[in-house]
Amino acid sequence: MTRLLTFLTRTRGRGRLDWTDGLSYLYLVIGLFTMFAPIVWLVMSSLKTESAIGQYPPTFLPYTQKQVVVAGHDKPLPLFRITDPQGRELEMAQVSRIGIMATMVDPADPSQTLQVNIRQRTPVQEIRFATSNYTELFEKFTFGRYLWNSVFITVVATALTLLVNSMAAFALSKYRFTGQKTVFLLIIATLMIPPTISLVPVFLVINSVGLLNSLWGVILPAIATPTGVFLLRQYMLTIPDELLEAARMDHASEWRIYWRIILPLAAPALAVLAIFSVMWRWNDFLLPLIVLSKSEVFTLQLALNAFQGELNTQWHYLLAMTVITLVPVTLVFAFLQRYITTGIASAGVK
Amino acid sequence: MRALAPLFNLLEWPFRLAQRWLGTSRLAWLFVGPNLLIFGVFTFLPILINIAYALTGGVKLMPMERPYTGLENFQILFECGNYLDLSTCRKDVFWRALWNTAKFSLIQVGLMVLLSLVTALVLNRKILGRGFWRGVFFYPVLLSPVVVALIWKWLLQSQGVFNAGLAALGAPPVEWLTDAGWAFFWAVFVSIWAHMGFYTLILLAGLQAIPKDLYEAAEMDRATPWRTLTRITLPLLLPNLIVVLVLAMIRAVQVFDEVFVLTGGGPGSATTFIVQFIYQTGFAEQIHLYGLAAAASLTLAVALIVLTLLQLKATRASQAGERAH
Repeated sequence: MTRLLTFLTRTRGRGRLDWTDGLSYLYLVIGLFTMFAPIVWLVMSSLKTESAIGQYPPTFLPYTQKQVVVAGHDKPLPLFRITDPQGRELEMAQVSRIGIMATMVDPADPSQTLQVNIRQRTPVQEIRFATSNYTELFEKFTFGRYLWNSVFITVVATALTLLVNSMAAFALSKYRFTGQKTVFLLIIATLMIPPTISLVPVFLVINSVGLLNSLWGVILPAIATPTGVFLLRQYMLTIPDELLEAARMDHASEWRIYWRIILPLAAPALAVLAIFSVMWRWNDFLLPLIVLSKSEVFTLQLALNAFQGELNTQWHYLLAMTVITLVPVTLVFAFLQRYITTGIASAGVK
Repeated sequence: MRALAPLFNLLEWPFRLAQRWLGTSRLAWLFVGPNLLIFGVFTFLPILINIAYALTGGVKLMPMERPYTGLENFQILFECGNYLDLSTCRKDVFWRALWNTAKFSLIQVGLMVLLSLVTALVLNRKILGRGFWRGVFFYPVLLSPVVVALIWKWLLQSQGVFNAGLAALGAPPVEWLTDAGWAFFWAVFVSIWAHMGFYTLILLAGLQAIPKDLYEAAEMDRATPWRTLTRITLPLLLPNLIVVLVLAMIRAVQVFDEVFVLTGGGPGSATTFIVQFIYQTGFAEQIHLYGLAAAASLTLAVALIVLTLLQLKATRASQAGERAH
C-alpha cells in the first residue's frame, strides 16, 4: 500500500527513472489500451464483410474467404484447401455441395473435378477490407439524408448559438441597464436546469409552434446556452471600454461596435464555444429523440439507435455507420485538443 | 468574418433605427432579447407547464384540456402496499428506477472520482508526452453516447470479443448484457469509460495550480511521499475534488442515453433509470401519460436542486480556498 502511495505522490523526478516511473507508464499504457482498443476493434470490425463479421471466434484482421474465377463458371467460386485421396494438399474451388459431399474443381485445370467430404476442406482466407460497407450505406439506405440532417443541425445551430450568445454577452458585459443583474442571474440559473427535467413541456412547446419533426425543432431550443453566454461575457469583460468609447466618438453605431470591434476581439472565446457547440449538437440524443420521430428527419445518432434496435441487426452496416459518426469528433479532437482541454480546465463546462 | 459582412451590414439599419428610438442603454435589451426569448420559451415556460402537467391527468397534450387531479400522479408514483417490498408498489418500475439510479450514482461517482484522481496524479508526474496521455483519457469524452454504447455493445454481444476471449481460456460464455448483474456492471463501467477524462482534466488543472514551492519545502523537510500527499496535495485539491464529486453526481442522476442504447434498460428493469422512466412513460409507450412523466420529472428536479445547492456551496468553498492560498 505504501509503495503504491509512493508511486502516486511523487511529482518531481530525481533525474533518473525509478520503479515508480515504471509503474506510471504501466498505468498509462493500460489506460491507452482500455481507451483505444475498443475503438480500434470497432474500426477493424467495420471493415469486415458480412460473412466475416458473423464468424466466431472473431479475428482482428478482416479475413474473408478467397474466391477465384474458374473458366466455365459465371460466378467466382470459393477456394478451399483440401487433402486429396493420395494425401496431397491442394487448393481447389468448390462448384457445388450436396449433403456432406462437395464437388471441387482445380482452378488451373477446370476439367478435373473431385468429390470431397466437407470435413476435409478448410477455407482459404485472405485479408480483404470491405469498404463496400461504407459505400453501400449511401446506396442502400437514406444514410446521406441522416448525414445531411446532422450536418445541417450542427452548422446552423452553432452559427446561431455564436450570434445569439455573443449578442447577449455583449449587452451584459458592456452596458449598464436596469434589470441587468436579474437577466444575468436568470441566465445563470438555467445552467442548473437540465433539459431532462422538463421533457414533456418542451415537447408541448415545440409541438405548439409547429416544429415537431422539423430540424428547427432541435436547433432552436438549444441555441441559447447559459454556458456560452457566461463564457463569452467573462471574456468580453477583459476588452477595454476605451475601445468602444473611441468608436462612439467616431459615430459608429452600437451594432457596428458589436460586430467590428467586440466580435473580432472575442474570437478566441468564440472559437472555444464553437467547438463545444459542434460537439453538443453532433452528439445530441435525447432532444432529437422526442422531437424527431419520422425517419426522414433522423439525425445520425437517431438513425444509429433505430438501426441497432432492429431484430436482425446488420452489424457490418451498423459498425460502418458508427465509424462515420465518430470521424468528425475525432478530427475536431485531433486538431483542436488544446483549445478543448484549456476551455474545460478554465470554465469547467462540457 | 469578411464573408459575413453583408449579413451584418443588413442588420445595421434596424439596429441604427432602434438606437435612435430607444437610446443607447436601452438598446441592450435588443441585444439580450433573442437569448431571453429562447430561454423563456424553451426553458422557463416549460418549467411552469411541467407543474401544470404533474397536477393534471388524462392523455391530452394541451394543458387546458387536461382534468385537474391534484396530487394523484404523485400518489400513483409513490404508493406502495408495503414499502419493504417493491413489487407491491403501484408503479414498481418507478421505484426500481429510483433505486437503480441511487445505486448507480453512488457506485459510478465513487469509482469514477477515485480513478480520475489516480489518473490526474499520474499525469501530474514528470512524464514524457503528457499532452498525448491526457488526450488518451480525454478522447472518449467527446464521443456521442450512442457511439459509446454501440462500441461496447459490439464487444459485449454474445458472439463478441469478450466471449471469444473466455472461450480461448476454456471458460463458458457469459451473457454480458442480458444477465442483470453484468448488465448493471457494464452500465457503470461504460459510463466511467466515457466520462472519466473530463473529471481527470479538472483535477489535473487543480493539481497544477498547487504552488511548486510547497513541494520543494516538503522535500527539504524530508517529508515522506505519503505525508506530502495527505498534508499538501489532497488538502489543497479538496475544493476541486468536491466540485468534481458534485458535478459527477448531477450527471449520474440523469444517466440515460448510453445505458438506454447499450441495454435498453434491461434485462427486465435492471438498468432502467429515472430519465428512461420519464421517457418511456411520456413518449415511448402506447398511451402517453404526460402527467405521470411530469411528476417523475419534478421528483428528479428535487434531487437536482439539492445537488445544485451542494455544488454552489462547494464552489464557494473552493473560491474561498483559492483566496486562502
